Amino acid sequence: MTISAHTAAAHAPPTTRTDSNDTAADPAERLTVVPARHPWRWVATAVVAVLTAMALHALVTNAAWDWGTVGQFLFAPSIVHAVGVTLRLTAFGIVLGFVLGTLLALMRLSPSPLLRGVSWTYIWIFRSVPLILQLLFWYNLALLYRAISFGIPFGPSFFAVGTMDLISPLTAAVLGLSLHQAAYAAEVVRSGFVSVDPGQMEAAAALGIPRLRQFRRIMLPQAMRTILPTAGNELIGLVKGTSVVYIMALSELFYQVQVIYTRNGRVIPLLLVAAIWYLALTTVMSIAQFYIERYYARGASRVLPPTPLQRLRASLRRAEAGLARQRRRRSTA
Amino acid sequence: MSAPPRVTVTEPAAGPSGGPGPAGTLMVELRGVHKAFGALEVLRGVDLTVRAGEVTVLLGPSGSGKSTLLRTINHLEKVDRGFVRVDGELIGYRQAGQRLHELSERHILRQRSHIGFVFQSFNLFGHLTVLDNVVEAPVSAQGRDRAEAVEHARELLARVGLADRADEYPRRLSGGQQQRVAIARALALRPKLLLFDEPTSALDPELVGEVLDVMRNLALGGTTMVVVTHEIGFAREVADTVVFLDEGRIIERGTPAQVLDQPREARTRAFLSKVLP
Repeated sequence: MTISAHTAAAHAPPTTRTDSNDTAADPAERLTVVPARHPWRWVATAVVAVLTAMALHALVTNAAWDWGTVGQFLFAPSIVHAVGVTLRLTAFGIVLGFVLGTLLALMRLSPSPLLRGVSWTYIWIFRSVPLILQLLFWYNLALLYRAISFGIPFGPSFFAVGTMDLISPLTAAVLGLSLHQAAYAAEVVRSGFVSVDPGQMEAAAALGIPRLRQFRRIMLPQAMRTILPTAGNELIGLVKGTSVVYIMALSELFYQVQVIYTRNGRVIPLLLVAAIWYLALTTVMSIAQFYIERYYARGASRVLPPTPLQRLRASLRRAEAGLARQRRRRSTA
Repeated sequence: MSAPPRVTVTEPAAGPSGGPGPAGTLMVELRGVHKAFGALEVLRGVDLTVRAGEVTVLLGPSGSGKSTLLRTINHLEKVDRGFVRVDGELIGYRQAGQRLHELSERHILRQRSHIGFVFQSFNLFGHLTVLDNVVEAPVSAQGRDRAEAVEHARELLARVGLADRADEYPRRLSGGQQQRVAIARALALRPKLLLFDEPTSALDPELVGEVLDVMRNLALGGTTMVVVTHEIGFAREVADTVVFLDEGRIIERGTPAQVLDQPREARTRAFLSKVLP
């Protein structure tokens, strides 16, 4: 761009000087953008800051929280073991739940009315009956059926197992959690399938791509974009949901802290221990969810959302550029 | 926007398995094809033949059944009556005496993998790169070696003028570029026959030309094509045969000069008077 000194002087705002030697004679270069002020935002920030400080103060100074005991039990072997049980229950619940849920979702989308009906009924029952009730049913299955036999339907049996031997508290818990989870997972997966543009499957069919491959390579990765945020919700819900299993005297996290505080009477600090662990577990899962979602966003959004690290680098770069600009302005002034 | 691709087609899109016979043999044969969606009769007895190496353009007002007709050729629509043959092979059915037994999905998919189809809305796989879009079907549907398929895909992308976009995701391309990728994806199967369903209707006007260029060059290379389009100019220049459909029947068929310049039927004339400038 070339502007003669004469026109620059005539049109430039009053703050710009026309210096023919100045490389930044361009008037646009010399203008500073001043963002609008937001006084109420500052007020709100101040109020929230004071409230946060008060909350933290109350947490730290009130002796009833008993942080010493919290520290003492946070990594106690029995607690760490219980966290392991909680994690195992969650893992079984989510994996089995989603495998069964995917089958149920496929059944609901099937042309066969029987498959659709069975899937619908399953989801209806297992979403309607409270989890705690379902768990107790599985736990007491032996009252309903003494033995479980394997063989030809309505025909001879090859072998039979006593229900009591087959269904331990752990099996009952895993069974209850995953069957319950499957009902929700089915709807999550189905919403994902429905969200994929039908043109995608049509194109895959027109290309002659085999059916299973269509599902795995074309349908599933695109459905994942819809499935993941809700599945993340389900996973976090399940981590905490495993605490219901305490009624079966299974030594998961919540049951374990109860055992300890009935012995030593320190209810609040031990509940806090459990809370801190649940918080830590869900935090790790939320972070994992962010990266998995980002992975499946490839191709769907033109630009991937930046990772926290990328965001930090970008803001550092911006700050640097801002400083450089200021320095340049000062040196030219 | 990149310049429209300069495309030279030397090899005809001949399939390794079977492949089209010498030019002039029957490639597509439809006999008495009927198709209804519920109470709506979309096709009411269509007979159509396309010879190998020929370009056939299907014209007709919207709702005349031309897209449905095209989709019966690769069994994306099941016919209610009549039959479709491609390169002598019955599509979607197996004949036993006087009965037509529907083939298993696996068989139908195998038949489709020799017929290229280009959609109006491209339908590229959004989560796969351009290259993976083109490579997918040759590998998974035809069981070809991946390295060979990749090499072929790059060749085809170069042919449609998109060699440098192989690693992009489709959403980052313009509509015209996406449609050219879709054509490369269809060609990757080395099809005996290419079907185009209004390939330029979803494009901005200035992008139509680049897609038609690619199609024109395919036609010059001897690819057998059936094209549903509203591009009368393309039909006049490239088509060997123009077929005019209305209300599920073929009203008129002939060379572009016959159908476009001296239509016999009043309905053809009425349609052309609306679409011709």
